[in-house]
Amino acid sequence: MDFGFLQGLWTIIVMIFFLGVVVWAWSKKRKKEFDEAAMIPFREDNDDIINE
Amino acid sequence: MFMQESETTYNYKVVRQFAIMTIIWGIVGMAVGVLIAAQLAWPVLNFDIPWLTFSRLRPLHTNAVIFAFGGSALFATSYYIVQRTCHARLCDDRFAAFTFWGWQLVIVAAVITLPLGYTSSKEYAELEWPIDVLITVIWVVYAYVFFGTIARRKVKHIYVANWFFGAYIITVALLHVFNSMAIPVSFMKSYSMYAGVQDAMVQWWYGHNAVGFFLTAAFLGMMYYFVPKQAERPIYSYRLSVVHFWALIFVYIWAGPHHLHYTALPDWTQSLGMVMSLILLAPSWGGMINGLMTLSGAWQKLRTDPVLRFLIVSLSFYGMSTFEGPMMSIKTVNALSHYTDWTIGHVHSGALGWVAFITIGSMYYLIPRLYGRAIYSVKLIDAHFWISTVGIVLYITAMWVSGIMQGLMWRAIHPDGTLIYSFVESVQAMHPFYIIRTVGGAFFLLGMLIMAYNLWKTIAGAKPVTATIPVPAMAH
Repeated sequence: MDFGFLQGLWTIIVMIFFLGVVVWAWSKKRKKEFDEAAMIPFREDNDDIINE
Repeated sequence: MFMQESETTYNYKVVRQFAIMTIIWGIVGMAVGVLIAAQLAWPVLNFDIPWLTFSRLRPLHTNAVIFAFGGSALFATSYYIVQRTCHARLCDDRFAAFTFWGWQLVIVAAVITLPLGYTSSKEYAELEWPIDVLITVIWVVYAYVFFGTIARRKVKHIYVANWFFGAYIITVALLHVFNSMAIPVSFMKSYSMYAGVQDAMVQWWYGHNAVGFFLTAAFLGMMYYFVPKQAERPIYSYRLSVVHFWALIFVYIWAGPHHLHYTALPDWTQSLGMVMSLILLAPSWGGMINGLMTLSGAWQKLRTDPVLRFLIVSLSFYGMSTFEGPMMSIKTVNALSHYTDWTIGHVHSGALGWVAFITIGSMYYLIPRLYGRAIYSVKLIDAHFWISTVGIVLYITAMWVSGIMQGLMWRAIHPDGTLIYSFVESVQAMHPFYIIRTVGGAFFLLGMLIMAYNLWKTIAGAKPVTATIPVPAMAH
């Protein structure tokens, strides 16, 4: 196990992690949660500019 | 009427304080910038007074615009956004107030000590050790207030803007503590714990991640809240924002070595920094596209809404400077660009175009809402937008031309290997561009003064708003 091998291994691990995040983010299961999360800034009823 | 301390309202007081100081420190920091730009064009403007020299005012300018203007904006928006997306009041009003007064104290200390010549000589971390200790204490309290508020949230999901703010708070704490490690020899003098190339590497690990986490991740937090709010549509892709977050924070931390190309830093470290900087283009543009595409189907809003225009143009500058940055990190390009004005132009397309524009847009959204008044004049926002855009364009094009010319003049050699130009000839060639840069900077400052006037007319005599937290039934 020389340094070059470890570098290659690390590249693969990081790549798998990244692809994991992508798969996780785009999985069908998450769709509903994320669609709701995107609406969080709008779940408020008092942020209009109040008249004087 | 005394709802301030109540758990049913948001803490807007600290948000208001930081928001007002954002405008004031912005004007101070940019005015110092215009002065030192003018000094480069006309050196007589330092009047032979030591504390007015470029060498002492330059760190004051960078500290004021990054930590006083940018920092106050980040405190204001992170406190506002974390409360409104968590449906919870800040977890501790006294600690929040402490971060405000403490941060102002740090800024005042910087305004006094830097012109007097007290400096650790670390770029963007010049403040001496007693001030560094104070910053650390304030930052720990800031983290407590921010994460404590997230902990008592009434909304199950932690909105993406808070992820970016959270990463920024944690990373800046690490960067500040490790880069500022020093051995004090007297009350206002210390020596870095690191020596030689290690010192340089730690410095640019700090320096580039100050850009990556302070000036990018945190302002992306601002983007993920204020762009959807002002456009009145949810972010283009929440999934993309998740990938954007993890990719950005994983890659940015490695990019620092590109500040040390062709130095004593080991070659492989330089190459690593270069490759990581190139990869960084992907998450950066992912985030930019996510922000821009939020307007998809509603582009006509840009014609009538100058606040939205500030926010969207900031993303365009973000995209431009995050393309330019990776390009400049390529060793062969860097051989031409490094130590020239091109770097200064690159920094300002990011600092004025991205950081200042997203802040200005956010403040135009935020401050009227904190005082319950509509903005005094939309026309003045429009004027501000165009004046400052012209200012940025003048600034960065002047620096591009000046920088590339400098780089080419410095490397030009006769067939026998001797230099064609002396250094002073390159200085002389830069003179007209230094004047153009000063004019560009003055335009940008003028825009800030218009903003201050407009906001003053908006809030003068207004009663601060007390906003109630939505009832939990809505938040499920």
